[in-house]
Amino acid sequence: MANILAVAESRGGELRKVACEAVTAARAIAGGGEVHALLLGAPGIAGKAAQLGEFGADAVIVTEHAAFALHNPEAASATIAERVKSGGYRAVVLPASAHGKDLAPRVAAKLGVGIAADVTSMRMDGDVLVAAHPVNTGKVIANIRSTANPAVVSVRPGAITPVAAPRAPRIEAGAAAGDPSAARVRCTGVTTGNTARLDLGEAPIIVTGGRGLKAAEHFRLVEDLAAAFGNAAVGATRAVTDDGWRPHSDQIGQTGRLVSPDLYVAVGVSGAIQHLAGMRTSKTIVAINKDKEAPIFKVADYGIVGDAFEVVPRLTEAVKAARAAR
Amino acid sequence: MKIAVCIKRVPDMDVRFKIAASGTAVDEAGLKYDMSDFDGYAAEAALQVNEKGGGGEVTALCLGPDAVQETLRKALSMGIDKAVHLKCDAVPFDGWAIAQALAAQLGGGGYDLILFGRMSIDSSNQSVGPMVAELLGLPCVTAASRLDVSGGTGKAQRELEGASETVEFPLPAVVSIDEGVARPRYPSLKGIMAAKKKPLEVKPAQLGAVTVTVTTMELPPERNAGRIIGEGPDMVPELVRLLQTEAKVL
Ligand SMILES: Cc1cc2nc3c(=O)[nH]c(=O)nc-3n(C[C@H](O)[C@H](O)[C@H](O)COP(=O)(O)OP(=O)(O)OC[C@H]3O[C@@H](n4cnc5c(N)ncnc54)[C@H](O)[C@@H]3O)c2cc1C
Ligand SMILES: Nc1ncnc2c1ncn2[C@@H]1O[C@H](COP(=O)(O)O)[C@@H](O)[C@H]1O
Repeated sequence: MANILAVAESRGGELRKVACEAVTAARAIAGGGEVHALLLGAPGIAGKAAQLGEFGADAVIVTEHAAFALHNPEAASATIAERVKSGGYRAVVLPASAHGKDLAPRVAAKLGVGIAADVTSMRMDGDVLVAAHPVNTGKVIANIRSTANPAVVSVRPGAITPVAAPRAPRIEAGAAAGDPSAARVRCTGVTTGNTARLDLGEAPIIVTGGRGLKAAEHFRLVEDLAAAFGNAAVGATRAVTDDGWRPHSDQIGQTGRLVSPDLYVAVGVSGAIQHLAGMRTSKTIVAINKDKEAPIFKVADYGIVGDAFEVVPRLTEAVKAARAAR
Repeated sequence: MKIAVCIKRVPDMDVRFKIAASGTAVDEAGLKYDMSDFDGYAAEAALQVNEKGGGGEVTALCLGPDAVQETLRKALSMGIDKAVHLKCDAVPFDGWAIAQALAAQLGGGGYDLILFGRMSIDSSNQSVGPMVAELLGLPCVTAASRLDVSGGTGKAQRELEGASETVEFPLPAVVSIDEGVARPRYPSLKGIMAAKKKPLEVKPAQLGAVTVTVTTMELPPERNAGRIIGEGPDMVPELVRLLQTEAKVL
């Protein structure tokens, strides 16, 4: 039985949710084989290794190096590719996160194989890896097969729910490939946005503000609603990021983030095709817009035609009350 | 600087796609084609680097059937100097096969900077750029939303989930371009006229072996038709009730 390697993403010394998703995804194709998680980070990251056993990692290979404190794509991809080779894995699973999408093609190229990128589901069909990958801005699903061995797969964040499969993993130390401090591409700093806010890729609820909010300071309205939900992130349309009301990293859509939360609340968002491309797979969509002809209502499960400045504060209070009553 | 920019010809996404009779592709009837979104940003970034840096030459590359020459002419009309068409009957889905053909053309070309889009808007693999970098042994930065190059080094910014990071790298290098660097300019009439006389070289594409293929394409399940529950703030209690009892998200 061949084993599967999952790349466990961390940032700032903490595991990211996508790390657990990668382990769960690896478990799903491991059959009777083992799942090994590869954890790279600055000294101290080993303290996080045992957590990966929760989701079914049989072993965690920990590579600590000061030069892994920040994203180090050259050293990380080399270390991953070397481990895939030396460990004889059938497949390596990475998250299709910002860092994972940077690493996966480098790993594939080092292994000399194609990549099944940004998949939303996958399984082994005999000796072939079969997966689904949204193409054409999510308007079409491509069912793909990879005969590559080892197979390289990146998994869309949020598409695979981490499943508890607890065990006590063996913790092994693994060496970095080459000298990680000698990389040519050097990350010199990370600016974190509002750390108090949940990340768009991880939040089960997203509240997005559009140009209908009329000014940057009115984003307080959607911030307050997100806070009332307690587990919501705040997104933006391109009209809003273009005007500098919100950072580009908050943009949802064809040229921004692709998200698929349980609940998506669009406030003052027209629902342009390029915006819908980023959020149309959300499970439930709520739209609040004063124009009843706005295209967002065509995809909204629940639409309220009305002025955001009247509807949203009322909704915020109602959500608070509903949560308090629970 | 000597810059190359790789552009892909893709269908206009503002349509309702149908699946072709083969079942493995979208029906091309009635589709309009243009440069992939991010490749437009990459082309613009290439032009701006040389406008700021005091000149140079930009070459656009596109791999695909003869129709891609139209897309290359558009790049030329934006101000790009010359174009290379790597000809093949159909563009494979497997980015590794594409990367090998592009790398075979780009290697030894003496480029200071090789630009890609962050991802192609049709196959959306986000892979070809870094794969080419690996094949050429060049440093690579993906998804740059800001790019500055001077004195043989580059600085870029990358957007992460809820954060951004800055990176520095030596040239020559491969960079894939995200939105945010520069909105692509519209070709001027003068540019369109000039493009007709600019060199466009056609060469056979040396595609690599394919390991990842599309077996079928399908349309995602249709969303239920939208539903407006009513007008004004008085609808809020009803909305909350539906979120609790029907959608079960509250
Ligand atoms: C190549 C390309 C890529 C693009 N990529 C993206 C992308 O990734 N993401 C993205 O979002 N866009 C993208 N766009 C832009 C997109 O086409 C739209 O321009 C943008 O989504 C519009 O943003 P908006 O809905 O905030 O603004 P608008 O379209 O201006 O809509 C504002 C809405 O607010 C409503 N409104 C006004 N006042 C109120 C009020 N008081 N209360 C309630 N409602 C109110 C209006 O009725 C209107 O429907 C892209 C465009 C192109 C060409
Ligand atoms: N057929 C092609 N011809 C030229 N460049 C391409 C082609 N396919 C992909 N690219 C380049 O690679 C980038 C990433 O594509 P992808 O890996 O498919 O998301 C694109 O934005 C282009 O810059």
